[in-house]
Amino acid sequence: MDVLERIHQQVTQNPVIIFMKGTPQFPMCGYSSRAAEALKSCGVPFGYVNVLADPEIFENLPRYADWPTFPQIYVNGELIGGCDITVEMFQRGELKPLVEAATAQAPQGE
Amino acid sequence: MSIQSRIDEKIRTHFAPTHLELANESHRHAVPPGSESHFRLLLVSARFDGLSPLARHRAVNACLAEELAAGVHALSLHTYSPAEWLTRQTQAPEAPPCLGGSKAEH
Repeated sequence: MDVLERIHQQVTQNPVIIFMKGTPQFPMCGYSSRAAEALKSCGVPFGYVNVLADPEIFENLPRYADWPTFPQIYVNGELIGGCDITVEMFQRGELKPLVEAATAQAPQGE
Repeated sequence: MSIQSRIDEKIRTHFAPTHLELANESHRHAVPPGSESHFRLLLVSARFDGLSPLARHRAVNACLAEELAAGVHALSLHTYSPAEWLTRQTQAPEAPPCLGGSKAEH
């Protein structure tokens, strides 16, 4: 499968997903770590892709949504931003309702 | 010209900021001394009026596409319209209230 199709599948099959360096448990970058922490604090399950473990995605994700850096956070298939936007949304109390609504809407049993 | 001054110049030209803070934070990361790889940018500009955070970041990323493609590895961005910046300034955390320590019993 084409890598852009693979990315598209990941962002559409997961209501909330973060493409990050490392994993939420073992982040390999301060920005990825902060963004993953903000998502974890929302208390809903989310998907993740470790871009360091997938060179093809690492190379091609920036052109998928025309966003040059990692991490990238997608909700309902749409990029919401990187670390700064995600953390700012969390601090303003906007992130939790957004990801809760996305998760609640998601079809069950995937 | 250093990457930092080039970023500074481009941002001033494109966004006519009313306030700009640009810091090279590379020393806080695992890169050789003197690197220009990690930057933090705080930017207040009327160009951001009515734009979503995503659109603001996209505008800055586009302006610095060349730098991001060649060596600038991370750019932490904080973008405000002049009105938002004013609100932020006036909402600076208040000094903590007195907890009565000076009236402690002797």
